[in-house]
Amino acid sequence: MVEMPVIDQSKCNQCGLCITVCKCGAIVLQHDVVTIVETEDCHWCTTCEAVCPTGALTCGFEIVIED
Amino acid sequence: MAVDSALLKDVPYLSELTAQAQEAVKPLFFERSLRRSELAFMEGEPADALYVLMNGVVKVFKTSSNGKEQIISISTPHEVLNDTSIFGGGPNPVSAQAMSPVVLYGIKKDKLEELLRQHPQMSLSIIKLLSERSLKLLSLIEDLSFKHVIGRVGKILLEHTADGGAKQRLTQQEMAAIAGTAREVVARSLKTLEERGVVKIDRHRILITDKSALEEIIMEST
Repeated sequence: MVEMPVIDQSKCNQCGLCITVCKCGAIVLQHDVVTIVETEDCHWCTTCEAVCPTGALTCGFEIVIED
Repeated sequence: MAVDSALLKDVPYLSELTAQAQEAVKPLFFERSLRRSELAFMEGEPADALYVLMNGVVKVFKTSSNGKEQIISISTPHEVLNDTSIFGGGPNPVSAQAMSPVVLYGIKKDKLEELLRQHPQMSLSIIKLLSERSLKLLSLIEDLSFKHVIGRVGKILLEHTADGGAKQRLTQQEMAAIAGTAREVVARSLKTLEERGVVKIDRHRILITDKSALEEIIMEST
């Protein structure tokens, strides 16, 4: 399972801006609903989060101290 | 929903009570579950119950008139979320929102007052917790007033590392809302920290590769 950005459907207004900016095809419109597709091509650029006008799309970072 | 006796001992206010007394006060508490993004309470609304976070992660924040958020704290299990409004009176000075599925234990304000009259020794724990909160707020004021953004971002990284317990994640927007800056500035600061060799950004993971160098950057950024 590949970690992917998360969409909160209750906040998403289906504007599709995230689909427009996503360079790796990780965000698609499926049955008129913005959906995340698992892909290793997603490099966590976080542009989708930056353009989302409703804050529905989030790219959280796990912070780890290296041993 | 009824609360679990085994978990009730983790409510910080009850630490001074015997196991028997903790069991006796159990009926006063209730459980409340929240989905991710759901609000526990909202700034400006009356505070009718005290909430303790038992499971999950909660963002406590203030919102400006133009919608800008300032995160006051990212709360992890066994933290009390709204003691200032409960004891100080008046409406909630902050909002609290679930960042993951969350379980809260709550007690109505009048029941809490009744509990305090029955067990005045609880006041010591409450004073201690309120003092700790004051120190945290002072630290936040100090950071926002005196630290450069790179130091603030570095401090956020050190204070929000994933541990065995609540595995919290932070977005760049949330880091910006803690640091009192814009998302783009956080992105630039992370890049600078990576260029200086103290962190490595590996997709959704920020690895702190040189903790002492990061601590030095935080110290020097005032």
